[in-house]
Amino acid sequence: MLRYLALKVGRALFVVWAAFTVTFVLLFVLPADPVDLLFDPAELNTIPEHVREQVAASYGFDQPVIVQYLDRLGHAAVGDFGTSAQSGRDVVQAIGAVLPSSLLLAVGSLLLAIVAAFGIALAATVTRLRWLRDLLEALPTASVSVPVFMVGILLLQLFSFQLGWFPSFGDSGPLSIVLPLVALAIPVSGPIAQLLVRSFADEFGSGYVTTSWAKGATRSRIIVGDVLRNASLPALTIAGVTFGNLIAGAVITETVFARAGIGRLTQNAISTLDIPLVQGIVVFVAASFAVINLAVDLVYPLLDPRLRASIQRPVARQPRGALA
Amino acid sequence: MSIALDSAPSALGEALRSAGHGLLGVLRQPVLLLAWIVVVVALGWAVAPGFFTSVSPYEGDPAQSFAPPSAEHLFGTDRLGRDLFSRSIHGAGTTLSATLLAVLLALGVGTVVGLVAGAVGGVADTIIMRVVDVLLSIPSLLLAMVIVAVLGYSTDNIALAVGISSIAAFARVMRSEVIGVIRTDYVKAARGSGTRGAAVVLRHVVPNALGPVLALAALEVGSAILAVASLGFLGYGAPPPEPEWGLLVAEGRDFLATHPWISILPGIALALVVIATHRISTSFRKDHRR
Amino acid sequence: MSITETRTERADAQEQRAPLLQLDDLVVEYRGSGRRAGHRAVDGVSLSVAPGEFVALVGESGSGKSTLVQGALGLLPAAARIERGAIAYSGVDVTRWSETRLSRIRGSYVGFIPQDPGTSLNPTKRIGRQVIEAVRFTERSRRSAAEHREAAHVALREAGLESTERLFEQFPHELSGGMKQRVLIAIALAGQPRIIIADEPTSALDVTVQRRILDHLQGLRERLGIGVLLVTHDLGVALDRADRVLVMQQGELVEQGSVDAVLRDPRHEYTRRLLEAAPASHAGRLEPVGPRLPVDGVALRADALSKRYALRGGGEVVALDGAGLELRAGTTHAIVGESGAGKSTLAAILAGFGTPDTGSVHVGGRETTQLRRGALRELRRELQFVFQNPYTSLDPRWTVERIVAEPLRAFGLVQGRAAQRARVLELLDAVALDAAHLRRTPSELSGGQRQRVAIARALALRPKVLVLDEAVSALDVSVQAQILKLLVDLQAELGLSYVFVTHDLGVVRLIADDVTVMRGGRIVESGPAEQVLEAPRDAYTRVLLDAVPGTRLASMTEARA
Repeated sequence: MLRYLALKVGRALFVVWAAFTVTFVLLFVLPADPVDLLFDPAELNTIPEHVREQVAASYGFDQPVIVQYLDRLGHAAVGDFGTSAQSGRDVVQAIGAVLPSSLLLAVGSLLLAIVAAFGIALAATVTRLRWLRDLLEALPTASVSVPVFMVGILLLQLFSFQLGWFPSFGDSGPLSIVLPLVALAIPVSGPIAQLLVRSFADEFGSGYVTTSWAKGATRSRIIVGDVLRNASLPALTIAGVTFGNLIAGAVITETVFARAGIGRLTQNAISTLDIPLVQGIVVFVAASFAVINLAVDLVYPLLDPRLRASIQRPVARQPRGALA
Repeated sequence: MSIALDSAPSALGEALRSAGHGLLGVLRQPVLLLAWIVVVVALGWAVAPGFFTSVSPYEGDPAQSFAPPSAEHLFGTDRLGRDLFSRSIHGAGTTLSATLLAVLLALGVGTVVGLVAGAVGGVADTIIMRVVDVLLSIPSLLLAMVIVAVLGYSTDNIALAVGISSIAAFARVMRSEVIGVIRTDYVKAARGSGTRGAAVVLRHVVPNALGPVLALAALEVGSAILAVASLGFLGYGAPPPEPEWGLLVAEGRDFLATHPWISILPGIALALVVIATHRISTSFRKDHRR
Repeated sequence: MSITETRTERADAQEQRAPLLQLDDLVVEYRGSGRRAGHRAVDGVSLSVAPGEFVALVGESGSGKSTLVQGALGLLPAAARIERGAIAYSGVDVTRWSETRLSRIRGSYVGFIPQDPGTSLNPTKRIGRQVIEAVRFTERSRRSAAEHREAAHVALREAGLESTERLFEQFPHELSGGMKQRVLIAIALAGQPRIIIADEPTSALDVTVQRRILDHLQGLRERLGIGVLLVTHDLGVALDRADRVLVMQQGELVEQGSVDAVLRDPRHEYTRRLLEAAPASHAGRLEPVGPRLPVDGVALRADALSKRYALRGGGEVVALDGAGLELRAGTTHAIVGESGAGKSTLAAILAGFGTPDTGSVHVGGRETTQLRRGALRELRRELQFVFQNPYTSLDPRWTVERIVAEPLRAFGLVQGRAAQRARVLELLDAVALDAAHLRRTPSELSGGQRQRVAIARALALRPKVLVLDEAVSALDVSVQAQILKLLVDLQAELGLSYVFVTHDLGVVRLIADDVTVMRGGRIVESGPAEQVLEAPRDAYTRVLLDAVPGTRLASMTEARA
């Protein structure tokens, strides 16, 4: 058990460290002259050489790469990612400032997405009408096929400009979050619903469900008592993917609806190449991802007794090997 | 070489038979047929835009600006009076070639990496899979944005970025398929027949592991179109006069309240193509399972 | 309150005369676009089970016996429809009943024991809850939770399980296959049904466990007066246990009658074939058609083989513990044992697919466990392996010609396509296949044909020794008999020596010259087949021999001889 825990925590730490290193290589090593990236390209030629050198020194670009790397890593380890090149604010503070608004959007959308996904999967399992089941099973595919920005634009056009029910942008008032919430929930729900529809169908056709039928259980008893729990468990395995979809979706949704948040911050940071801020965001996202996956790895065995057993009780190691 | 020789007639026969079977299957499913038509038309737009429209996508008639959809301008016109139907047709080439490039890159690199991880095992496997973990921990859109920003804004770099950010998914599927195939009795039997390691991998493991990976590639085409268009929408692609689907939608955003078609019609064309590729990839996966 | 009393109270005179289950001219068809579309799985079957009667329904794979059971329980898959006919329980026609209405007779009137205990219990629920549900869903009047618990304990004990308090808290994965099957029997009994339908309830279990489960089913019938419909592929089991035997072939019922009638005077040709193919109907070893090619010496010799597997998180499993055997040239040495006996580990080591921790194997005078890659490859020309499952041992994308030619090409034994074709045809001919099969892929072959192809591939290098790991276990009885016959003929013709690994003692009788019995990685008994099978020295061997079904069939054969 302890071994399992240590292994999982170790992997999570590794992922965060590796994400830091990857962004360092991408942002600090790959560009021919990273100092150039710190200035607005239009003004680049007008900047005097001594200013460039000054800036380079203040970012430590005059040091050897390995020294820069270790220095940045040391600071990052204690939560210091430097200051934003654009605003001069501390990177961690800049992220912290917009986090609540994004969190609200992400959590709200996630809940909405989960409810929708379960609704679709349950309805598809319960119904005995073939056409309805086919239709319900097609919904998730459609929801992952329509680009997020199109969903946002269609919602805006219909509910904001045509019907005038909701404000078209900004983040003032509780009504302003409704459209972004829906726009983000639709693409996020797609993969969850796809997985649930499949796993509900698989579990519903499994051997123990036959046993339950034979016990005299009714369809509703089987769905609630047997299928629901076992079919829901696999959804946890795509928690990481879902988180990625939320982040990617937030970048676009917040841009379309002009809301403040991590997504918009990311978009601005990357499009202006605010190197310290970009690195801070990427590491923050990777760390969140690692924490979520760690939580899933720790919670899953509590929910599935088979997994619990395989962790506690030793299992014969499968020799796989080298084909030779 | 003799491998190809003795399997050629039967492989050809099998291919023909399954193609005939597939065609019948498609005809029996109207939705699937429709999906194929959408994809073929989109490819036609990309390969030979001149065949579908003679109107220039770049030059507009300012007198005709903001014309709503009509027989003359199927998708209407934009601020500069450019024909949006023509721009959508010409945009297909940009978006779809970037998509194709991205998927081929991810498929090629991902398959090889996954094959090495699965077939060699041991330390190589551990290292490769940890790298894949890291790639998966950064959302692919975010990774692609950073890569494009560093390399420079262009459609080619979008293709490269989207491709790199999808390598991990292919590597993972290929690895697990390879491991699955290596454990089968027929691979053991091949070794027992005296076939050497490399030949076993080439003749048995790769052909059998590739099926699900190709099905993933079909699925990934849809996702890659979305990623390419999203990056275009956010402004990481070709500069404005260039017609690109994501960019077309972005250009119309400012006029959404008054002239909604500028964003919505190209956007719908884009969504239809993605839905169609997803429908087709689903049929691949079902065929494969059977 | 005993179960039987309730039953007499409940049953009125009319119900008592009607059979518990009656099918009339039942026709079930598959529809839609799936693989089995348009297939008539059950084609006009009529049968009945009377109170207290034990009826066995026998059929090979694809005979429609499972579809028939699903139909009787109202559990047909969505693609299957009842086209014609009627299903009646105690004279009440339930054919057109709704799902909800049917759920009231399932469990409380008809109990069901499924085929695979491994997947038939909910993996995330404790055993207690699963049995209590069976009690609760079928109760006739509202009872308290304590009464549900008590009834569940009674059902578990009724199914022959002990320390039910502990069992209540366990999860399915913590139980052995046999225990899971008993829990499923308890679940079937919990609703106090009047008839139990059991679909291959023991086919996934070891023979000794199978025997105990079947004994128990028979006991229930006698103690509780329950009617039993046992579905099985094993004619021996059917004849041993049932009052009446029904035989199904391709959706039709081709034979039905009392055990004696079927044994003495089978009406249908298919039944006669099944009887002929059943291992128990042969007194001794199968005789080859031609003369045996004289060979002598020792083909293979294994000494003191041990193998341990390390466990994740410490500890280890002993798979093999000082096992050895001697294979005389030109003979068959059978290795017999139940699951976990270590026989497959032994076979893999003999064939060079695994290495032992200690011990040695000699093939034709050469030690093989320490061989390097190149030398090991040379060993393949002496010794070949045939896998259990012909569905997984042939590459699904390859043609028969390519499969059989693979070893020839690997060793460069034939030059040119014409020579290769000729040699492949020769090999196919040896296993009774012909040129028509050359271009087929495995999916276009039947199970028996696939195993023939696998044998042809194994013979391609003209090896002296074949290691056959459960090589006929995945096949239907009639196909099994053909493959065994083929193996015996090939052995005589080519002077082959076989190591034949199997769990089936009936098969051993047909093919073995020497027998080694294994248990828990050790060898418990080894010797000539006649001695081990007729006068076993070890107690475990006797238990194993007693558990083999087909006693009635065997005694019939003896009486005839």
